[in-house]
Amino acid sequence: MTEIWQGLIRAVQLLVSFDAEVVEIAARTLRIAGTSSLLAAIISLPLGTLIHFRQFRGKGALINIVQTLYFLPTVIVGLFVFVLLSRAGPLGELGILFTPQAMVVGQMVLITPIMLGMTISALSGVRKELLETATSLGASGSQLGLLVLREARYAVLAALLLGFGRALSELGVAMMVGGNIDGYTRMMTGAIWLATQRGDLELALALGIILLFLALVISIVLNRLQQRRPQ
Amino acid sequence: MSRPPSMIRITALTHRYGDREVLKGLDLSISRGETFALIGPTGAGKTTLLRIIDLLEMPSSGEICFDDRPVPGSGKQRLQMRRRMSLIHQKPQLFDSSVYDNVACGLRWRGNKETETVRKVGSILETVGLDRYEGRDARTLSGGEAQRVALARALVLEPEVLLLDEPTANLDPVSTSRIERLIRSIARQRSTTMIMATHDMSQGQYLADRIGVLIDGRLVQTGNSTEVFRSPRSEEVAGFVGMENIIEGKVVASAEGIATVKTGSDPDGTTIQAVSDQPVGREVHACVRPEDITLAPATHRSSARNSFRGTVTGVASSGPLSRVEVDCGFALVALVTRLSTEELGLEEGAAVVADFKATAVHVIERSAHR
Repeated sequence: MTEIWQGLIRAVQLLVSFDAEVVEIAARTLRIAGTSSLLAAIISLPLGTLIHFRQFRGKGALINIVQTLYFLPTVIVGLFVFVLLSRAGPLGELGILFTPQAMVVGQMVLITPIMLGMTISALSGVRKELLETATSLGASGSQLGLLVLREARYAVLAALLLGFGRALSELGVAMMVGGNIDGYTRMMTGAIWLATQRGDLELALALGIILLFLALVISIVLNRLQQRRPQ
Repeated sequence: MSRPPSMIRITALTHRYGDREVLKGLDLSISRGETFALIGPTGAGKTTLLRIIDLLEMPSSGEICFDDRPVPGSGKQRLQMRRRMSLIHQKPQLFDSSVYDNVACGLRWRGNKETETVRKVGSILETVGLDRYEGRDARTLSGGEAQRVALARALVLEPEVLLLDEPTANLDPVSTSRIERLIRSIARQRSTTMIMATHDMSQGQYLADRIGVLIDGRLVQTGNSTEVFRSPRSEEVAGFVGMENIIEGKVVASAEGIATVKTGSDPDGTTIQAVSDQPVGREVHACVRPEDITLAPATHRSSARNSFRGTVTGVASSGPLSRVEVDCGFALVALVTRLSTEELGLEEGAAVVADFKATAVHVIERSAHR
């Protein structure tokens, strides 16, 4: 027990002293997860808006599939992207396996369904009468799309945050297509795994605290957003 | 008579939701600058008609011309036509933003310069009496304030056609009269073409040049308010415009513009005198507004052409008035002030005389509308 306590105390010391390794890993994690979230959002917002407004055959089935992909195991995504990017794979030419780019691609595959599906359900929460009023006031198709995103902004932001949270906390993709390379593709989750294996509890706990703290921040913001739903 | 050019012309318009036909072959032409009230009971199809006119919905069949040009099914031209109109809903649908942003959105969508938008929004908010509300969160407004923002949001666009769907249905009397005054002054100042749906006949009478009665998806009568309210064309319209007393009968005599209508099937049934040209032998409805009937004590000698002895069968107060039901061979409903009710001792079983003038009776041929 004392070992754990000592580890915890050392971990806090690492944190408050802005230990170079801890800061570096945390910054890289935020950079990679942030990039993949941004790109996934750039895909999900317009695509979600389009799917929301268009009526087409198989729309319900498509939404069902997207929602099923929320629960995609990270190792399956890791395997899929690994095969895709490996030298013999269809995108092997790119030669980006075991690079941060590969991790961004993998995380995008992982979180785009969440952002897309939740954006669609966020938009469907906007009253039909409101959109009709906008149409009547002269909004064009694209203006209507921007309005619906704005009306559902809190729920949409929650969708994006949830995707970001998943990218931040996943391990499978980062390990399988990033390779957990020190100083290059090592993220917080991978670093915690490795440090724990090595018995470096201080580092593992310090990173764990940061990860939990980020989760707490995201959860608080999510809660706030949910309370701001329009009456 | 030369009429101003038509702003909106509807020909043989029919609309279906699934199997249900909500609009059944409407023909209607509305002139530029006219204020037209569409009255009718809830569910008659008023909202659907307004939505189709506002180009929010495509009719199942029929044609609409806007400013003498047929409306295309989609595309830029349809958007441009829609941008010359504004629809105000029964329940104001405000966006989740400030009052200013709500009112400014239509101008922004039209690509107006922001400096001009600021000026126009400021001025319209002053018109509707909300000039200090610019920064307020639109969702915190009361019902009356919200409806005024919705009105400002539509008016700031200076639409050529303003469509109003029961604009005061959810408001208290003070807000209602405020909105009505606004609508009236806009109609006068800007010569905007207005089409408003209402189930409130008096509102239609107060605000409109012309009234159309929509019942069960059919436009059963159009005309100026006097025509519609005094001379409804059918039993349905009569009932809707407040002629609560609709008595079945048959014309048995006619002289000098006065028809004698015998009520009921009994050979010595009571007769009613009415100003009407209906010929002898015609099956008719004699319609009388409850406010045109006066009640007097049973001893009263009357000079009215129609005077019937009867017994009170029920009294119910509604606001400052009482609705008194009288059986005088046929059932009559009269509206009397509360004071008279007390003075005359009107209560169930009391004997009274019910009087009304021959001019107060409107005679309609039975089933004439079929």
